[in-house]
Amino acid sequence: MARPSLLKPFRAVRFLFRKPRTLRYPFQLKEPAARYRGFHLNDWDLCTGCGNCADICPNEAIEMVPQPDLIPEPGTKNERPRLDYGRCCFCGLCVDICPPASLRLSRDYFHIHFDPGTFVFTPRDEKTDDSNFVPDEGYSVLKASLSHRKRDYEGFSSDLDYALFDPQRVEMPELPPEERKKSFIEQVLGYSREQAVREAERCLECRLCEEACPAGLRISEYVEAIYRDEPEESLRIILEDNPIPSICGRICMKHCEDACSLRFRGESVAIRWLKRFAADSVRSFRDALEASPGEPTGRRIAVVGAGPSGLSAAYFLRLLGHGVTVFDEREAGGGIIRTGPPRYRLPMESIDRDVDYIASLGVEFRFNTRVGRDIRFADLQNDFDAVFIGTGYTISRSTRVENADRCLLALDFLERNKTGDPVKVTTEVIVIGGGNVAMDVAREALRLQYIQHPGVECSVKTVSLEDWDQMPATEEEIREAREEGIVFNPAWGPDMVLLDGGGGIIGLQCKKVRSVFDGEGRFAPTFYEEQKMVIPGSMIIEAIGQGADLSFIPEELLKDLEYTPRRKVSVDENGMTSIRGIFAGGDIVNVNMDAVTAIRDARTAAEGIDRWLAGR
Amino acid sequence: MRELELYFGPQHLGMVGNFSITLQVEGDRVVKADANPGFLHRGFEKLMEQRSWIKNFPMVCRMNVVEPDSMEMIYAMGVEKLAGIEVPERAQFVRSIYLELARVGSHLFGLWAYANMLGFDTVAQWAMYHRDLVLDLFEELTGGRVYHIYIWPGGVRRDFPAGFEKRMVETLHSIGGCVPDYDDTFFNNSLFRSRASGVGTVTREQALRMGGSGQVLRATGVPFDVRKAEPYAAYSSVPWEVPTREKGDAYSRIWVVRDEMIESVHMIFKLLDSMPGGSVYTRIPNPFKWRIPEGDAYVRCESSRGELGLYLVSDGGDKPYRAHFRTPSYPHGLTVLEHALEGANISDVGNIMISLYVVAPEIDR
Repeated sequence: MARPSLLKPFRAVRFLFRKPRTLRYPFQLKEPAARYRGFHLNDWDLCTGCGNCADICPNEAIEMVPQPDLIPEPGTKNERPRLDYGRCCFCGLCVDICPPASLRLSRDYFHIHFDPGTFVFTPRDEKTDDSNFVPDEGYSVLKASLSHRKRDYEGFSSDLDYALFDPQRVEMPELPPEERKKSFIEQVLGYSREQAVREAERCLECRLCEEACPAGLRISEYVEAIYRDEPEESLRIILEDNPIPSICGRICMKHCEDACSLRFRGESVAIRWLKRFAADSVRSFRDALEASPGEPTGRRIAVVGAGPSGLSAAYFLRLLGHGVTVFDEREAGGGIIRTGPPRYRLPMESIDRDVDYIASLGVEFRFNTRVGRDIRFADLQNDFDAVFIGTGYTISRSTRVENADRCLLALDFLERNKTGDPVKVTTEVIVIGGGNVAMDVAREALRLQYIQHPGVECSVKTVSLEDWDQMPATEEEIREAREEGIVFNPAWGPDMVLLDGGGGIIGLQCKKVRSVFDGEGRFAPTFYEEQKMVIPGSMIIEAIGQGADLSFIPEELLKDLEYTPRRKVSVDENGMTSIRGIFAGGDIVNVNMDAVTAIRDARTAAEGIDRWLAGR
Repeated sequence: MRELELYFGPQHLGMVGNFSITLQVEGDRVVKADANPGFLHRGFEKLMEQRSWIKNFPMVCRMNVVEPDSMEMIYAMGVEKLAGIEVPERAQFVRSIYLELARVGSHLFGLWAYANMLGFDTVAQWAMYHRDLVLDLFEELTGGRVYHIYIWPGGVRRDFPAGFEKRMVETLHSIGGCVPDYDDTFFNNSLFRSRASGVGTVTREQALRMGGSGQVLRATGVPFDVRKAEPYAAYSSVPWEVPTREKGDAYSRIWVVRDEMIESVHMIFKLLDSMPGGSVYTRIPNPFKWRIPEGDAYVRCESSRGELGLYLVSDGGDKPYRAHFRTPSYPHGLTVLEHALEGANISDVGNIMISLYVVAPEIDR
């Protein structure tokens, strides 16, 4: 502390002669900082309408408003956030939670208006809003408002390192490729309790997934139950809409994960693996589900086929109180799911758990009974009040190229490996096809080679019409197949099977594909006939697709059965076919051809049968 | 002589903030003072019980307009203690730098209020201008000028932007270069000394007994500072001094404020020199599912006006069961103020009140 003075303060007088510090607004403007938290920007093309911004807003300033000109699709809603700037505190939590990073804050902050209604505003950005975002030459700060804003004036924006969600999935423990290709042991090991809770915690509960799920599972609820460490409650929620959780938890086509809002800048929540966790961690399904069969109605329904659609139809009908008898030619339940997917993806025990649960509710199963052979279809019509057909696609198609009769067919190959004597494979196997079935076949062949020809150099090659980007198999399957050492030959079409003098296969002659689909997207492959290649091989398996076998239906009925333009059995809103009292679902009805869509069909039909019977 | 009851505030030119004092005066001498809080009660603590852990984060800062940052800090500290969240080392440094910057900004604001109250308008204008330079730094770092919403549980919200350290040092040097002007015009001004010296004296014993902290306590010679007593953030990483004065009057208090500002700037420079690299944020759990285990925690930090505490209770749910703030203005603005006003001259009421650095929104919450 210096000595106080009376005179020294007068030195401040010199500031009178300095330039003033005050900005002369509006002639002198101050540029807001690069991170300024001003009005919102929303990229409508990226925004999914998930509503996480509205959920996190501490002031309830954000409301999700339906936009009539947007069409909702799986993974996007037709809602967009609307801001009330009378409530907004510009904290930017909405920016940090926005999964696709569509919502950002700009550096604009002026809005002066007599009408309080103008403070309620649905933000867009310069990409889709030309009227409110004016180019630099037309911009004047005197007009600055919500409807007169600068272009390219982004301020506070999302940064994945500081996001309020976790973009990284809890890694699923799996057998490494070198290990798994030696046996049929299940490749995916499943989450531990702690891992499942951590993965479930990532779910933001926006429910985009639920709208994408064909069977309408209450995903965010059962994921939340896993997060609360209540797997039984989770399974109970699942079983309300999906009677085959052990199966779906392994082989579901997971439309939900394709719709997850975390998919944009990270990995979707592992919904399928969480369902698997719920199913695997509960000892008794029967105890988990509090529901029991409804009051007996005295009605009896026959279900043809014990695959996903048949099992589900039986389950939902049984819960409604109807008597159900399921007929299947196989020795146990599961249908194509039992004989198709390899054991390393779907072990038999998992199928049995789901089937046993459905049987425990009082559904009668008559296995080893093929309708049309062991029991007449007409008897079903006479003895039962309604018939549900869920027979699926059971016949493998052939390429029908020269000598194709020497090849094996995919479904026979898979079925023998899973339920009978495994096929004796050779050291050089060629698989024709690029779908998931072809991947199953190729990967099984590889495992059989390892077991049957230990220490011998072997190869499995695939040939598909489609190029990498068009290949119908899932990315996951293709990646895993390549990891295991399967060689792909995309964009080659089979031309003829080459035989040696003794009639043994020595290779496959292929021709280069020009295009797979025609201008209208229909399957119509064309080839460069002169570009040919021979793939050497001593065994060829065709896996180019499957078809339905409805020959068990008598001729006179079959001729009345109507089909959709895509050659699917046509059903009405009750799941009833054009034949009275005959309902259908599953692969013969829908184009997705997966288990979860079969569940939806089955539920539609079960409720349809219930209504139809009640009205009769 | 007849006693009069005189209302000082809430609508009074000399009153800063929504606060009032009822004075019993005899002539121009105050016989008794009654502080009347309550004009600014917004129910924050109750509101916090209804909002999820993350939704409280943009709100707590609003309890104190002048220095929102230590409110963010105390809430983050409380949540981190309850939930067991580790904060990265760099984030601790960023927090300390940011809080010291906030202290400078807050003290400049206080200086404006005090100089303005005493009629030293030139100094008040300078302080306000220099505070604005600090706000520019906050705007660049956080995107907001007044409510920065920056320290959140787990660390801070963004790292320094490129070149920020340099601009911060430049700004602080330019403010520091004006210290001689402030000294000549204000602190060493004999008019100011005669207005402040011996006014509103609080003795060491009284300050300790009435829960005084911050400048109120340090102006009586007690070098108590939570940053030293119970170091948090990065305050134990660099050497620094706790400025004190002995007399306990308004003059001593404002000198403590001045010295503290200078010490804060020096501390920022030291922290910048030893700042580690790495991340500044540990990801918190999904905010929609975030539940904090049952328990309670008391945390404290040193705001620009004294010891700021938070008692936070979780019942294992997704929001606080109870949050209670111990704000320095509460004892300073009620007990200490009432005591210091006894026997004072009416014309010194505002002088004493602002020298105690009372911020009304902190009292009411």
